[in-house]
Amino acid sequence: MTDATIGSPVARPARRDIGLKRRYAAERRFRLYGVGAIAIGILFLFALLFSVVSNGYSAFWQTSIRLAINFDPAIIDPQNKRETDPNAIVAANYPQLARDALAKKLGVDTSDRQVSRQLGKMISDGVRTQLRDMVLADPSIIGTTRDVWVLASGDVDSANKGQIDLSVDQARRKVSDQQVKWIGQLNADGTMAKRFNFGLFSFGASSRPETAGVGVAILGSFYMMAIVLVLSLPIGVAASIYLEEFAPRNRLTDIIEVNINNLAAVPSIVYGLLGLAVFIGFMGLPRSAALVGGLVLTLMTLPTIIIATRAALRAVPPSIRSAALGLGASKMQMVFHHVLPLAAPGILTGTIIGLAHALGETAPLLLIGMVAFVVDHPTTPLDPSTALPVQIYMWANEAERAFVERTSGAIIILLVFLAVMNLAAIILRNRFERRW
Amino acid sequence: MNIFNEQGIERAVKGAMTSEASVPIKIRGEKVTVHYGEKQALFGVDLEVRERQVTALIGPSGCGKSTFLRCLNRMNDTIEGCRVGGNLTLDGEDIYNPAIDVVELRARVGMVFQKPNPFPKSIYENVAYGPRIHGLTRNKAEMDEVIESSLRKAALWNEVKDRLHEPGTGLSGGQQQRLCIARAIAVSPEVILMDEPCSALDPIATARIEELIDELKQNYTIVIVTHSMQQAARVSQRTAMFHLGYLVEEGATDKMFTNPDDKRTQDYITGRFG
Repeated sequence: MTDATIGSPVARPARRDIGLKRRYAAERRFRLYGVGAIAIGILFLFALLFSVVSNGYSAFWQTSIRLAINFDPAIIDPQNKRETDPNAIVAANYPQLARDALAKKLGVDTSDRQVSRQLGKMISDGVRTQLRDMVLADPSIIGTTRDVWVLASGDVDSANKGQIDLSVDQARRKVSDQQVKWIGQLNADGTMAKRFNFGLFSFGASSRPETAGVGVAILGSFYMMAIVLVLSLPIGVAASIYLEEFAPRNRLTDIIEVNINNLAAVPSIVYGLLGLAVFIGFMGLPRSAALVGGLVLTLMTLPTIIIATRAALRAVPPSIRSAALGLGASKMQMVFHHVLPLAAPGILTGTIIGLAHALGETAPLLLIGMVAFVVDHPTTPLDPSTALPVQIYMWANEAERAFVERTSGAIIILLVFLAVMNLAAIILRNRFERRW
Repeated sequence: MNIFNEQGIERAVKGAMTSEASVPIKIRGEKVTVHYGEKQALFGVDLEVRERQVTALIGPSGCGKSTFLRCLNRMNDTIEGCRVGGNLTLDGEDIYNPAIDVVELRARVGMVFQKPNPFPKSIYENVAYGPRIHGLTRNKAEMDEVIESSLRKAALWNEVKDRLHEPGTGLSGGQQQRLCIARAIAVSPEVILMDEPCSALDPIATARIEELIDELKQNYTIVIVTHSMQQAARVSQRTAMFHLGYLVEEGATDKMFTNPDDKRTQDYITGRFG
């Protein structure tokens, strides 16, 4: 304060209000909006995951019954002609064997038709093929007694998982009081158990929920993904490299560019119609085949891959191109020795995201007939098959309780595949990303 | 014996026979014009580059000196809509003759860029790339020799000899630029073009590069674009002053910096504009 004595202090102009408070308040508000938006997003995500998992986790366990089955020649081959006629053991009454074994286990008299029918409904009809395959694989077991785990029927499975309301009058529910008593009896001595449902991953389509699985759908989806990868990656990358590095900039390439961007936005069902007209109608490829599905999904994925690849190529700094050209590398060498390796993580990420998108696509597959009841596993991409999302769509239309959990179970399987693919994309990007 | 030393000896012998006044002309430009689309960037530039000398191109930003430099190895070809007119010859051969292979031309006329731009690969791979694509070496031993001699000539060998397989991008800015010079030398060019090679470097790294340029001129013809008057004065034997796309003045560096003919050169050198 010595200045004051020397001379009058310079009058400082009053500070203008520059609205600092207002600016900070605006920022705080904006942050709140952001947190709110993320919270809502996470809430919905958890609601979705919770509903799917809570509905679907039980699909991975399947109620089975361990029966000491007596492969009685009198039932399998009553006329004893299996030496001469191999069809005899194919068409035998195998469910009878399981029914008898269950009756013996429970100590029930099978002469009562009513009781016998209820007993038969405890066991899945799938036991017919299960026991037949055992006998066909090893005919010498005829006449012996073996412990076999057989699948319980879908209704018994639902009842055992507590999904059927037992307070309802028995005439109005799928499981009778007698059956509920048997279930309790079997559970008590460990004959009935919930075992991991391997069948869900291996079985094909079936009208009986306990023998329905996504095996055919997984195979079909796998074939389609392989076809999409093999076709769309090289075509997409080659097209992008040409457009980005070699093509002259003129009206024609502008039009092509605009159209690629437009194609990425075309609804997928339109690709289905195109595939139906071109691949099935014009080229005469088989319906419901994974090959056609793969071709349609390739068309759908191409624009995505081209756009991602071009962005990745464009992100490679021009200095690297100049360096290569300045050394006397040809344009081709520049692209393949320097630009492409640097763009590879971006290309791979784009490709995996495109594949994941294709894996979850349903609409175009409905149009080319992949919404079919396919029991047999396809051995080639030309055989009829379905796809995972289509299988979910078909199961969602079924009425039985056991199909409800299977629908959610299949959704879980599909989501796991998608999550694994996205994880792979992230890992690839982090591992191969280079800085310059 | 490697190819560089043989060439070096041959050049040294030739250099000893020629006197200062009659240094052979390596590159001759006559009425060079450049258009970028509608815009004309160079207006009839006549300039000679003498063999095994450093020629500095100076002038304010946007005057066309980098454009002229990039004509010399046809790097302008990569810019869309760029047209070059007039006549440019390297050892009497027309650079823009359609029969000239641009890849071969760039092997003869190397380039070092403004920003150090090593490939994101190992130091070894950076230098090995040029000889490899041009098939200059027959085996690993020859390649190792080329790499060592290139890095030695670029005054980088002692600093990196123990970490040849570490990434070139991990070096300091000055080292990266010397690595780029080594990379250019490795294909044994006749001419090295440098586009403001020190503009991204600190003074110490700059001094090292300048020393290096001084050594390199014994074996190579060098054309350097620079914004630093002192640098032009220190490293070059001849200087060309550009302004607004025209060549203002060209001559021996000593004369240009002490007694320029043109008023604009005088003003630019003394810092009155630019």
